Amino acid sequence: MELKIQNIRKEFDRFPALHDVSLDIRSGELIALLGPSGSGKTTLLRLIAGLDFPTAGSILFGDEDASHKSVQERNVGFVFQHYALFRHMTVAENIGFGLKVRPSGSRPSRADIRRRALELLDLVQLTGLENRYPSQLSGGQRQRVALARALAIEPRVLLLDEPFGALDAQVRRDLRRWLREIHEATGHTTVFVTHDQEEALELADRVVVMSQGLIEQVGSADDVYDRPVSPFVYGFIGDSSSLPVRVENGLVWLDDRSIGLEARDVRDGPATLYFRPHDIELLDGCGGCMAGTVVASRRVAGTRRVELQIGGGHQRVEIELPVEHPATGRSRVAFRPRRFKVFAEPVEPTARAGYRTRPEQVPEPSVLPGEIDLLLANRL
Amino acid sequence: MSDATFDVSHADAGSARSAVTEPFYVRALLIGLVVILLGLFLVVPLAAVFAQALALGLGAALATFADPDALAAIGLTLLVAAIAVPCNLVFGIAAAWAIAKFRFPGRAFLVTLIDLPFSVSPVVAGLVYVLLLGPFTPIGAWLLQDYGIRVIFAVPGVVLATVFVTFPFIARELIPLMQDQGTGDEEAALSLGASGWQTFRHVTLPNVKWALLYGVLLCNARAMGEFGAVAVISGKLRGETVTMPLQIELYYQEFRALAQVSAFSLAAVLASLALVTLAIKTWLEWRYSDQLAATRAGH
Amino acid sequence: MRFRQPSIIPGFGLTFSFTIFYLSLIVIIPIVGLFIKTFELEWSDFKRIVTGARFLAALKLSFGASLLAALFNVVVGVVIAWVLVRYRFFARRLLDAIIDLPFALPTAVAGIALTSLYVPEGWFGKLLTPLGVTVAYTPLGIWIALVFIGLPFVVRAVQPVLEDLSVDVEEAAATLGASRRTTIARVVLPAMLPAILTGFSMAFARAVGEYGSVIFIAGNIPRKTEILPLLIVFRLEEREYAAAAAIAAVMLTVSFVILLAINLIQAWSNRRFGNV
Repeated sequence: MELKIQNIRKEFDRFPALHDVSLDIRSGELIALLGPSGSGKTTLLRLIAGLDFPTAGSILFGDEDASHKSVQERNVGFVFQHYALFRHMTVAENIGFGLKVRPSGSRPSRADIRRRALELLDLVQLTGLENRYPSQLSGGQRQRVALARALAIEPRVLLLDEPFGALDAQVRRDLRRWLREIHEATGHTTVFVTHDQEEALELADRVVVMSQGLIEQVGSADDVYDRPVSPFVYGFIGDSSSLPVRVENGLVWLDDRSIGLEARDVRDGPATLYFRPHDIELLDGCGGCMAGTVVASRRVAGTRRVELQIGGGHQRVEIELPVEHPATGRSRVAFRPRRFKVFAEPVEPTARAGYRTRPEQVPEPSVLPGEIDLLLANRL
Repeated sequence: MSDATFDVSHADAGSARSAVTEPFYVRALLIGLVVILLGLFLVVPLAAVFAQALALGLGAALATFADPDALAAIGLTLLVAAIAVPCNLVFGIAAAWAIAKFRFPGRAFLVTLIDLPFSVSPVVAGLVYVLLLGPFTPIGAWLLQDYGIRVIFAVPGVVLATVFVTFPFIARELIPLMQDQGTGDEEAALSLGASGWQTFRHVTLPNVKWALLYGVLLCNARAMGEFGAVAVISGKLRGETVTMPLQIELYYQEFRALAQVSAFSLAAVLASLALVTLAIKTWLEWRYSDQLAATRAGH
Repeated sequence: MRFRQPSIIPGFGLTFSFTIFYLSLIVIIPIVGLFIKTFELEWSDFKRIVTGARFLAALKLSFGASLLAALFNVVVGVVIAWVLVRYRFFARRLLDAIIDLPFALPTAVAGIALTSLYVPEGWFGKLLTPLGVTVAYTPLGIWIALVFIGLPFVVRAVQPVLEDLSVDVEEAAATLGASRRTTIARVVLPAMLPAILTGFSMAFARAVGEYGSVIFIAGNIPRKTEILPLLIVFRLEEREYAAAAAIAAVMLTVSFVILLAINLIQAWSNRRFGNV
């Protein structure tokens, strides 16, 4: 079942939670809505489910406009962050609930309902727990029951709202893997909401990065990681360091020196340089590069993270150094980012009033070192 | 939920066309029904008290308070409350301290025992004291002969019965709250060198002061309004062992219109007290709901 | 084996012994005294008392009216709690506050107020008499008084449970295809059942023992509108202390049983439903 979200706008008491959001979801794909708190991702999910109604815009299930259908009619499977299991019912009764409340015309027999519930229990690997009550289950088990319950109604779309948010880290990792397996086994179109980028990048076929009610970028995990199209995406996905710089005649200047980087299609003027702390090469001298003084250093797993004070403006950036590097406090380190992006400062102040980027606009893939970004000057 | 700002609370569910609320006409119907029910069952009787008190005009109502019987009743009610409430206050705090800050076997049973007066008929409450301390019983006879103290059919009995009926109120407010608050604060104070009393005064008491106030209010309202237990134990001796509720009954049983007015005038005073108690309670719950046990489990 | 678990908090000895002392004086000894007095009766006398026509009539009346009043309060109380918790409307806070009126109002005041309303000349009596309905001095009047005093119990028992019931459970039911009515019937009400039972038990217990609110409107006609507590008072006035004690013992036992039932319900529901 493919899903089309067209120009959705949602306001709560005149506060805009979603501005003009459009998205095409392919049938059978596992897509993540990723973003920080307040980005509108859960709101969008609930609009798809029918738990809320948009202020403007429409949602299509296949070819059918579902925007005015009630949640009961949409036949979506929804999994809540805190499971929302029915406390007074056993696991089997929970799973069978969606089938039990069907109108008598389409309701399966009690034996059939029970059989299906047990089948689903097997699918979610909780065989034998059918007569337990939710209070007797662990968090991970409850979430799996919640998923089985949602699957029981054979939903057109499966929606998950931060499904693993309330669980321990280890359980979260296990369930992530398991969700992927289930998805591959059942093939439902699945949309899930998360603020955990590791989860989104690991699980999803495509990731929708959202911020403040707008879609920043839609693409595969590689796309959003290697080819972010906006400062927000660059900063949100993976580690990043940034520096305010100036672009003059296609060259990047820091303070009064060119740092040897080209930004050919970036407008002249103030800009921000983004790079990944580990994606740098160290240099001995510095003719045209960046150099800074070490002000802080800490050991992180197999590398060392070092904070450098750069330039006259006392800017600080983080870079990664090999553990054996002799850098100590106050020593100078010179480096150049291997891969980087330069985004020009917007001309007008960033009032998130309207339409941002068109969601499918992904820059031409190119993996040459020293890649220069394509500025999107229409970023307002 | 994520996006915490957009948590769909039940309040919002009503304003938007949401999946978890009833259609408007159903809501309007139910609200109307509730308003009518509460109006008929609760508000109208309350209004009737004041209306009947003023049936012969304000002057007649106020004349009640010139009657020596009424004044004696008011005086006794105040006296009884002035004794019962502080006693129960001390008990409530002691019991709450013992139960909430320590663990020992039989704790649950103790709590049940404290809840007992709530499930006992007030008449039975009065009866048990008559059977124990009446002038014909060993203890009662001993007190009367050796000390000249009459308990039953005298003021001490009235106080005793009132204490029985009202002692749970303060304890029940404090116990769940203090249990919830745990012993962390007290342990911190002790580790800093405070004595037990200092800890209690400066740490425990401030933590429970609103619940305490609420318990005292309830205790007081009940102490002044207790009828059944006092009716049994007092002997209804006019001017001596008659509290306000008993005086209301005495007035009510006379058929003179003026006596009826007096009954309702006294009743109006007590009803006003009840309203003040409710008002303070509402205000307390509004401001300090996290510190009140009453807002947790139902009382 | 220590009596209590060790703790650095002082004051246990003092508070515990005072509590026990107070409770013994005020509660334990008197109630034990009551049962001792009851045992003074010969078994045959006891049987005679508890099978006497007047006693049985009062028993049926007290328990019957209390049961019906408590049931009515369950229905009404659930609706009121629902409206107060789920809806936002103009006078909501005011209504919420007034629910506690029967709790705070002295029973005698309630008694004369209700009587004045329902006697033939009263505001309600005037409307009902032409319809052939008599309230004052009939079991119906007793029932109304018992509804009055029991109203807050169910509401206040159910309210916190409703407030705690998170919306997402109802949303879950909706996503699974349940209509609003089905959701309420199959998901919300069952979750409230323990609270409803608790409220019902408390309202029932209170109603059985109620005195002040009832005796004014009841008329107190023996075997017709005489409630059990009033029978105790009569026996007392007749100085038949043992008989009074016997009746009181029966009532006390019932109170204990109800108290026990409430505790069991709460323990069971905590075990079964826990905190999910």
